[in-house]
Amino acid sequence: MESRNVIEIDNLNLFYGDFQALEDINIEIERNKVTALIGPSGCGKSTFLRTLNRMNDLIENTIVKGDVILDGVDIYKEINLLDLRKRVGMVFQKPNPFPMSIYENVAYGPKAHGVKNKAILDKIVEENLKKAALWDEVKNRLDKSAMGLSGGQQQRLCIARALAVEPEIILMDEPTASLDPIATLKIEELINELKKKYSIIIVTHSMQQAGRISDKTAFFLMGEIIEYSDTTKLFSNPQKKKTEDYITGRFG
Amino acid sequence: MIKLLLRNSKEKIIYGLIISSALITMGILFWIFIFIVMNGMPHLNLQFIFSNYSGEETGIFPMIINTLMVIGITIIIAVPIGISTAIYLVEYAKNGRVVNVIRFSVELLAGIPSIIYGLFGMVFFVTILNFNWSILSGTLTLSIMILPTIIRTTEEALISVPKEYREGSLSLGASKIRTIMKVVLPSAQSGILTGIILGMGRISGETAAIYLTAGMVPRIARGILESGRTLSVHMYLLAKEGISFEEAYATATILLLLTLILNIMAKILSRNQES
Amino acid sequence: MRNLLDDKLEEAHEMLLIMCSLVEENINMAMKALINQDLDLADKVIDNDELIDSYEENIEDLCIELIATQNPLGSDLRKIFTMQKIISDLERIGDHSENIAEIVKLIGEQELIKPLIDIPKMAKIAIEMVHDCINMYIDGNIELSIETIKRDDEVDKLYEEIYSELIELFNDNKEYKDQIFSLLLIGMNLERIADHATNICERAYYMVEGERVEL
Repeated sequence: MESRNVIEIDNLNLFYGDFQALEDINIEIERNKVTALIGPSGCGKSTFLRTLNRMNDLIENTIVKGDVILDGVDIYKEINLLDLRKRVGMVFQKPNPFPMSIYENVAYGPKAHGVKNKAILDKIVEENLKKAALWDEVKNRLDKSAMGLSGGQQQRLCIARALAVEPEIILMDEPTASLDPIATLKIEELINELKKKYSIIIVTHSMQQAGRISDKTAFFLMGEIIEYSDTTKLFSNPQKKKTEDYITGRFG
Repeated sequence: MIKLLLRNSKEKIIYGLIISSALITMGILFWIFIFIVMNGMPHLNLQFIFSNYSGEETGIFPMIINTLMVIGITIIIAVPIGISTAIYLVEYAKNGRVVNVIRFSVELLAGIPSIIYGLFGMVFFVTILNFNWSILSGTLTLSIMILPTIIRTTEEALISVPKEYREGSLSLGASKIRTIMKVVLPSAQSGILTGIILGMGRISGETAAIYLTAGMVPRIARGILESGRTLSVHMYLLAKEGISFEEAYATATILLLLTLILNIMAKILSRNQES
Repeated sequence: MRNLLDDKLEEAHEMLLIMCSLVEENINMAMKALINQDLDLADKVIDNDELIDSYEENIEDLCIELIATQNPLGSDLRKIFTMQKIISDLERIGDHSENIAEIVKLIGEQELIKPLIDIPKMAKIAIEMVHDCINMYIDGNIELSIETIKRDDEVDKLYEEIYSELIELFNDNKEYKDQIFSLLLIGMNLERIADHATNICERAYYMVEGERVEL
């Protein structure tokens, strides 16, 4: 029986050199739920997201203290970095398909993890494009460059690409920040669909978006989690003054 | 009202100056081009291009082949080293003293006059390593000379690859090497190619450095350890020794054509990258 | 920050206060009309109810506008949502006053069966309740709400007394049966007014505390 929490974080502190970007983070992320991270710019929510697949490792002088436990395994001590990133996928703020064909974009991850058989790759590509609700739009032009797709399609392609390595968790860093409202809605519908199989953690600047799609919401401020609760409760009746000030726009 | 008029006329004067500068520059370029081609064309024929330079024959075929050979070999030597250096600088090196030293060296290399490369090549490759005047000495010298061009353009091409591509690849669990080989380099490809072609242009026009290292034997070099005269060296000799100005002009025309083709290729590639 | 939202909320609050004072005034006038058997005043009450209804519509429009354009969250959301509920309670209170005025017209000029004592008492308490509950919404004063709600019991008790008294009179005064029935209805309307005031208190409590309560 799988435990209810997919990630458990205990006393996480993160420093960029002398600057403390995250302070005493304790949070449990629930399985098959959408967890939204909100807060003003520079509050540490994206930094926090990037500790979960260790993308912060790319930045020099980053020091991480504390435990990040993914299904009982400490991701900073007990797991190979590439395996971790296979299990924890990521979708970025700006759609970033590789400048290659649609097919190659989706097949990129599986190939990196050693899948060579063309038939299997074909199947993976089709399956994941379907999961990302993009298959019908691109099935006749899989060999065309991904750069020819619209912004919303590109972002769904990036989601398909992330799904293709069969992650358990998908991290999304403001995935609709550069999309129009219609494309945004499509991504939101998709997220709602995906949470049946995946645990999703999404950073968003839009409180309305957090409200629409997430089950749980964490409010970050100055590198700390101020409040973490059910989304409805956080937006209708926050318990902390700082949260109230932020969500009602009377902040700072 | 007068102020306005003054301002208008001031603007007109500046505008006129800018336009005339542009016209003068273009005019001079055209004039050189037409002057060379006009002087070169009468002497230009298939026999001139495809015959040897010995006895009665005054063809430039050996020089063309030598030039192409020098370009090819130099590229083969310089490109892998240049690209690897650029990859190291952009993708691996942390900003520290080593990188600064390498960057500084590259800048320094770019600023050295080619005759100094020639002297160095002559002393080091020709004499100390005893390669004599040969294609090998010449191409090694030219490789060092064009390295800065290749490193700089490759570096720029790599830097202009959005970091989102790298993050996208790494986030899928791909290794760093795979990310560089499969995503970053292909994305930077046309920028890198542009750099290579610019390097080729520089090689084809180089005289001093190659003259001092590859010698001036007007025959097709039958191995990299043989001496061979390139088009630019040939032209230099024809003009300097006063052998034949018609031949010099004709050779110049061919050289001009070669440079033109390379430049157009570079243009097309960089335009492709933009789109 | 958020001046736009704050200004509009302020505007809505002012309208709500006016609506509230109109409602209070209408109950008062209805009672005066009853006691003095003043039919013109009863007509005025009926006319005034339209004004109350139009206030309800205007405030509701403002609430919808705020929700549609300002994306209110947290206490703003609760405030707007509560206001939306309160105005419908107020409107119902207004309707009950109108009912009373209609009944006053039915009684007409017929001499009252007895001097009215408990009904004006009930009305006084109900009016105070309405007044207090709106104030507590505006000020967010929870203490006041508990006080107010306790008075609902007084109203209920008075109504029971009126009821048994009138039923007793009913058997011996057949010629007054219509009037007795009318007075019973007035008592019932006043009792409903007090109930709506209680509702408003509960909603105001939710707005302040973010939790529902059965007071």
